[in-house]
Amino acid sequence: MPHTLSLADIPIGASVRIAEILTPGNNRRRLLDLGLVPGARVEIIRRSPSGNPTAYLIKGAVIALRNENAAQIMVDTN
Amino acid sequence: MAINTTLLSESTENSPDKQNNFVIALAGNPNVGKSTVFNRLTGLKQHTGNWPGKTVIKAEGTFSHRNRHYTLVDLPGTYSLHTSSSDEEVARDFICFSRPDITLVVCDATCLERNLNLVLQILEITDRVLVCVNLLDEAERKGIHVDIAMLARQLGIPAVGTAARSGRGLESLKNVLDDMLAGKIAIRPRQLVYDPELERSINKIEKRLAPYLPAWINSRWVALRVLERDFSILEHISNHKNNDFPRQVLKEEVALCLP
Amino acid sequence: MSTINNPGLSVLQEIEPLLPTNTANIKDRIVSSIYQQAESVSAQVVRSKNSQYTGLEARLDNILTSRWLGFPIMLLLLTLILWITITGANYPSQLLATGLFWLEEQLTALFLAVNAPVWLSGLLIQGMYRSLAWVVSVMLPPMAIFFPLFTLLEDLGYLPRVAFNMDKLFRRAGAHGKQCLTMCMGFGCNAAGVISCRIIDSPRERLIAILTNTFSICNGRFPTLIALSTIFMGTLVSQAYSSVLATLAVVAIIMTGIATTLLVSSLLSRTLFRGMPSFFVLELPPFRRPQLGQILIRSLLDRTLFVLWRAVVIAAPAGALTWILANSFVGGTSVFALIVGWLNPLGQLMGMDGIILIAFLLGLPANEIVLPILIMGYISAGSMLELDSLNALRILLLDHGWTWITALCVMLFSLLHFPCGTTLYTIFKETRSARWTLLSALLPLLLGIVVTLLINQGAQIIMR
Repeated sequence: MPHTLSLADIPIGASVRIAEILTPGNNRRRLLDLGLVPGARVEIIRRSPSGNPTAYLIKGAVIALRNENAAQIMVDTN
Repeated sequence: MAINTTLLSESTENSPDKQNNFVIALAGNPNVGKSTVFNRLTGLKQHTGNWPGKTVIKAEGTFSHRNRHYTLVDLPGTYSLHTSSSDEEVARDFICFSRPDITLVVCDATCLERNLNLVLQILEITDRVLVCVNLLDEAERKGIHVDIAMLARQLGIPAVGTAARSGRGLESLKNVLDDMLAGKIAIRPRQLVYDPELERSINKIEKRLAPYLPAWINSRWVALRVLERDFSILEHISNHKNNDFPRQVLKEEVALCLP
Repeated sequence: MSTINNPGLSVLQEIEPLLPTNTANIKDRIVSSIYQQAESVSAQVVRSKNSQYTGLEARLDNILTSRWLGFPIMLLLLTLILWITITGANYPSQLLATGLFWLEEQLTALFLAVNAPVWLSGLLIQGMYRSLAWVVSVMLPPMAIFFPLFTLLEDLGYLPRVAFNMDKLFRRAGAHGKQCLTMCMGFGCNAAGVISCRIIDSPRERLIAILTNTFSICNGRFPTLIALSTIFMGTLVSQAYSSVLATLAVVAIIMTGIATTLLVSSLLSRTLFRGMPSFFVLELPPFRRPQLGQILIRSLLDRTLFVLWRAVVIAAPAGALTWILANSFVGGTSVFALIVGWLNPLGQLMGMDGIILIAFLLGLPANEIVLPILIMGYISAGSMLELDSLNALRILLLDHGWTWITALCVMLFSLLHFPCGTTLYTIFKETRSARWTLLSALLPLLLGIVVTLLINQGAQIIMR
């Protein structure tokens, strides 16, 4: 079943699991290295004053991603 | 004491004639207090910026402990050793090719799991690794407890807990460095295991490559990089001075393999 | 292929079929596998009572990056730092000046007593010593206050929050999110800022960051701005508010610099360096309790003394050169006056004069010495003055026809002209291109000429 929700669609305060990363190449690698591996839990913490980027709690660290980049990370909400 | 900031040179290459001189590479994620450890150990006052990618220039410092002299090399803070950025390449190349006597990996006690990702990757290259779990004070404040002894047992290498800002644990860190060099500590590093299919490929590649690789390099790790189609590692090996890897041919072949 | 019998070739030929075709998948499996094992080790080692991002940390971020307070707080902190610097630097600055110029009198007396030739005492005292004294008394106090405060913010972990707040603006300008961090580094020193651009991987965005770094007011320029705004903007209102207005003037110049950074970045990313903003991740590290002792030592030793030393080393020969130019005569006119004469028409158009332009030109090696050369130039041009305070400087400048428009134009030109020699050299080393280095000098210079021209002409029309 294809995943329809991306990290950019999740409201603040929610916690999700990474399902699939669509980002290609080196950037995919960078996300994986930060702990954004399939199955990992991610909490959406806050948005910047202007709404973009958004900060996420990943493996104990706070990481900010621009929304268009987060849109390539598909998630499971359970 | 002089601070020597050289750009990626091989100036700290391990030289056997200096019997009592040891090179320690300082690796770790960004923002784990690596530079604080560096300053505390070498006594150098060097600026520590609180953002990722600060150390673009490699810094060196020296210190002595129990009659051994150490050159501490501060590597750029990286999340991994895959060469997707120049920082990562610097760190990887130093650990792999300059072959420091010990690689000291500084970890953040408050997010150890992400830091272990780097530790495990470094353990694939070299087993002369000492883990320094830093920021213990921050972790305590946040109600996080790290079992250092258990960590050492799990990884099969020595581990020391520190709070470098207050200097806590640094004395035992230096003692453990000394014990490691004196051969007093048994090292049985945990090896990363991949799924059976990957393992089969790794083994096949490693068998074929091994005869051509210099003895000092971990052939399993090279096989893994080749499996990822990161052929640049072969070129790096062939460019490195003390090796017998057939350079010319390799270059042509690498060019062919690349997409 | 001719090298078929070489073992290296055959090994790779044999390996090739062993390699799976889908590499993306393989990399994922390798990294996931490493993380699984990191997770299992961590599970046995770490015991944590609560979520890792709670309490004080989250509350602080709630305020610092809040929708309504995020930007006002940034502005307020910047203003506060500069206000403390300006008010705090006044008194020690005067004290230093008094002391150093008392010493100048003693030196002059000494030279007279030993019957030293006039040219020697002129070169050494009026040339070298006086510019040194100015550099020390005008620059040391603000730096000794400004740097520790800035380092404090850095150590707290506030700068990544600034980047987090401002990213949308940089994104719109087609620039990399980390350019905000390199811009902050530039507030310390542009050469350091240019080097820090290495944290940006995409060559396109890195060049944009390098070329616009000079729009961050570096600490070589802060003292000039602080002195001029104290003298001219401060006196526009009553004594009680003068330091506030002076602060606001400097803040306005900094904000103009940031706006210029964004505008020029946007322009470059739409013309010379077209492309999409690349992917970036920004870590917001935990707030750390700063080590005050460390901050003081580091900011005083590493920054204040470093900058001061650089200024001293360059100011002394530049002071000597200025004195020589002012005291070598060609047909009854000094060389200095000749050059001033050539530059004067352009300077007048830009709301300044020839001496100011010479000061900026001779200040190429380091921005720190622009003000000292300017003073030297005015003094050698006739009016001898005992410069022992900012007030004396005010009188000197007023005597040479300065108005608040002149001061504004000088402040803007200080923001918008070529980067200093060290920065240009660094840009050349980083880009390995004479073309980009030249562009990095011409771009801000052209902007500076246009902006001061417009401001001056506009002001002339309004004042008429």
